[in-house]
Parts: sequence; structure tokens; C-alpha cells
Amino acid sequence: MFEPLTWVLVALSLAATVFALVLAGLDRRINWWLLGLLGVVEVALLAQLVVGIVELAGTDREVSGPFFIGYLVASLLILPIGALWALAESSRWGAGALAIACIVIPVIEQRLYDLWVV
Amino acid sequence: MTDASETRHGPGRILIAVYGIFALSATARAGVQLATQFSEAPIAYLLSAVAAIIYCAATFALAKATIFSRRVATAAIIVELVGVLAIGTFSYAVPDDFPDATVWSHFGQGYGYVPLVLPVLGLLWLRRTR
Repeated sequence: MFEPLTWVLVALSLAATVFALVLAGLDRRINWWLLGLLGVVEVALLAQLVVGIVELAGTDREVSGPFFIGYLVASLLILPIGALWALAESSRWGAGALAIACIVIPVIEQRLYDLWVV
Repeated sequence: MTDASETRHGPGRILIAVYGIFALSATARAGVQLATQFSEAPIAYLLSAVAAIIYCAATFALAKATIFSRRVATAAIIVELVGVLAIGTFSYAVPDDFPDATVWSHFGQGYGYVPLVLPVLGLLWLRRTR
């Protein structure tokens, strides 16, 4: 795996989590800054999908391909669905729900890393 | 509160988000397990698939938040609670049938015990927004 990208994704998605929690704490709805940050994360996740598939094809490690690809693909769904779910809520709980979606990304990165290394 | 749609607002927003994540991950996991390694542990993987279906049902029923869908959600979450308790117990009693962790093995230990807490919170929330 291309490790710098993993770290970028962990850092950005943790930042987005904190951002969303702060908005929830301030009783605000999600805003365009947060959605823009999520857009950047989504582009990085897309890059990770491409890099991951290329690296998987070229590696002689014992990586479980179906699970690895499964996590890469599932990671793309989380933020768009989370953002739509949050936008449809007019209270602070929308931002809270989006924080839940954001914190899933580092967990997925951990699982991808484990699949690659172990 | 008489309006059934309350179920999907407020704290329910977060509850349903967590349910959605479990629905997605359980479905993806069960799909891969059934497609690629079904013969290794058929019981565990079939249970994975059942768990995935229940999470999906609970997620959509909670999110729809009508009087009828709340009943569906209640039923799905009761099955979920029974499932996590039963599978949690069996995975300790007969570990040979569970070589690979399903979402409910060891009471959801691999998922920070969220699978054990989630149905309790779900039922409390359905009661609260009745």
C-alpha cells in the first residue's frame, strides 16, 4: 500500500470528524467548508481505490483480494451517504451523524492496513 | 410525541447513521464471505448474511419512520438483540463453528461491543419516540 496516502486520509478524516463535532457542539448545521473537506477526502479515497487495485495486482503478498477491494469500494460510499443524511436534518444532530460517518474512514484505513501487512 | 417521523430526527439521526454503517459493513462482509469462502464456515457465514439482512431492515425501517415501519424496526431490532446474545454465547461455547469473526461473535467484541449496545439503544429510542 502507498502509506503516505493512508496517513493523509486518516488525518483529513479525523479533522473532518472534529469539525463536525464542533459544529454539533455549537448547535450548527453542517456547512460548505465541511462538505468541501469531505470532497477532498472523497477524491483521496478514489485515488486510494486506484492505487490499491494497481498495487494488489502487482504484489506477491498474501492479501485477501476480495476483502481488500471490498473495503476500498465501501469506503467510497460512506461520506456521500453520510452527507445526504446530515443535510436532511435541520438540527445539530445532522452534524453529529456526519461525525459518525467521518470516524469510519480511519477505521477502514486500519482494516486495509491490517489486510495488507498481516 | 405522536408523529412517527420523530424517530428519524434528533438523536435518532445518529442512531440511524450507526445502523447504516453496520448495514453496509455487514452486507459487504457477508457478500465477500459467501462468495469466496462459504465452505470454510457455512454456519458462521450464513449467520453473517442473516445479520446483514437484519441491519438493513432496521436501518431502512428506522429511517422511513412511519407507524408501520416503526413496527418493522422494532421486530428487526428484537431479532438483532436475540441474535447477538445467542451468537455471542454460541461463539464462546462452540468456537470451532466460528473460525472467522462474524459481527455478532463474542458479543461484537471485534466491533467494540457496538453490536451489543446498538439494539438496546434502538429499542429505547423507539420507546422514547412512541
